[in-house]
Amino acid sequence: MARAALLVLADGRFPAGGHAHSGGAEAAVKAGRITSAASLEDFCRGRLHTAGLVAGALAAAAVLGVDPAELDAAADARTPSPALRAAARRLGRQLLRAARAGWPSPELDALAREFPKGAHQPVVLGLAARAAGLGPDDAAYCAAYESVSGPATATVRLLSLDPFDATGALARLAPELDRVADRAVEAARRAAAEGTDALPAASGPLLEVGAQWHAAWPVRLFAS
Amino acid sequence: MDGVTATGVRADARIVARADGRGGTALPVLDSDGPLALRRTRADGARAKVMLVGAMSGPLGGDRFSLTASVAEGARLHIGSAAATLALPGQTKDEARYDVRLDVADGAELHWLPEQLISARGSDLKVTTRAELAAGARLVLREEQVLGRAGEEPGRLTSRLTVRVAGRTVLDQELASGPGAPGGWDGPAVLAGHRAVGQLVVVRPEFAEHPVEARPLGECAALIPLAGPAVLVSAVAPDALRLRRLLDEAIAPFNGT
Repeated sequence: MARAALLVLADGRFPAGGHAHSGGAEAAVKAGRITSAASLEDFCRGRLHTAGLVAGALAAAAVLGVDPAELDAAADARTPSPALRAAARRLGRQLLRAARAGWPSPELDALAREFPKGAHQPVVLGLAARAAGLGPDDAAYCAAYESVSGPATATVRLLSLDPFDATGALARLAPELDRVADRAVEAARRAAAEGTDALPAASGPLLEVGAQWHAAWPVRLFAS
Repeated sequence: MDGVTATGVRADARIVARADGRGGTALPVLDSDGPLALRRTRADGARAKVMLVGAMSGPLGGDRFSLTASVAEGARLHIGSAAATLALPGQTKDEARYDVRLDVADGAELHWLPEQLISARGSDLKVTTRAELAAGARLVLREEQVLGRAGEEPGRLTSRLTVRVAGRTVLDQELASGPGAPGGWDGPAVLAGHRAVGQLVVVRPEFAEHPVEARPLGECAALIPLAGPAVLVSAVAPDALRLRRLLDEAIAPFNGT
């Protein structure tokens, strides 16, 4: 199948609703933890090695044919924050709609039936990649990249950060993104053989806690 | 204890708690092992109390510790520790391991409330805590990590906490910190310079029907209902004292189980 489908899936303009979410950057900016391109890069690095690794492994495991319901439950256990779980399901639902338009498949139809309120976004991403004929590494790259591109774009808006600086931060993270994608695929293969307990559970306490703080604000620019 | 080997100490401690049939809890198994010394202390009503007493410092690099506690149907057990656990560098470059396994049956209750784990400079420890609960089991579990002694750089610490209820994983979280941990661990997404991090988990069957509402406790702590009959308090703080205060305050409404 066409490898270029990855470009369609990973495109920031793909109509899956990601632009409405900051990946925790809005809370971190308000708390004074992201103030510059350097602290944005550090935030993205931490998110990449925690939420990004987990999302990459979930997506890769879905491509490998691990039961989506089991992956969704594994995602729940690895996402304690109810605000983040709700956001992941909303994003999953929107992505599924776009994916079914792009790569119609019985598996995507079945997922929509099983999860009317949406499955966790990385699980949907993996099944979308699978429907598009992509491999587990493609899905892992896509999920890992999204874990940093979202906060970078959001911070440009939140801090009026120079977009060139934000792009520089993302470019410097590329070698680590390679390693995270490799680790994610390796873990996904183990999960396919041994069960979802083998998936990574890397977590960022401030991402989870910050998401709950953020969800309680009366006014915010981003949904999460 | 299999003894002290060239690569470190191996110690496996074991506790079994059973209802004694007279409204109390018996401890048919209370096996200390080397540095993991267990002492039974005065019971608190129907709840048996066990204190983990560090008989020597550790875990050091290369050590392999495990502690298993099984609480059978109807039994109530509280496990605490006399002092903080200090992870220190060892003679070998190998990582140390500390695996805690907690099994709680229907109608049984476990309080696992050890003191802090302190990751001293140059240490390398991997901790896993796995709680396996039946559908009708109750649990209060606290874990706190302090990264470095006062003013000290931390060692490397990887800690995974898994809580399963009725065969379903409700919480699975791993935190890696210190030199050699994946990048960004001390950055704004993970710890942001905080040197104390903790989790408190309460599992009760009644949460399935009466879920607890989420409550942010400022920007550094939150009370969180999990996807299952459980709540989590997750917190980061500048030091151990302030972390304990945050966790104690958050747990106050659930005391008197």
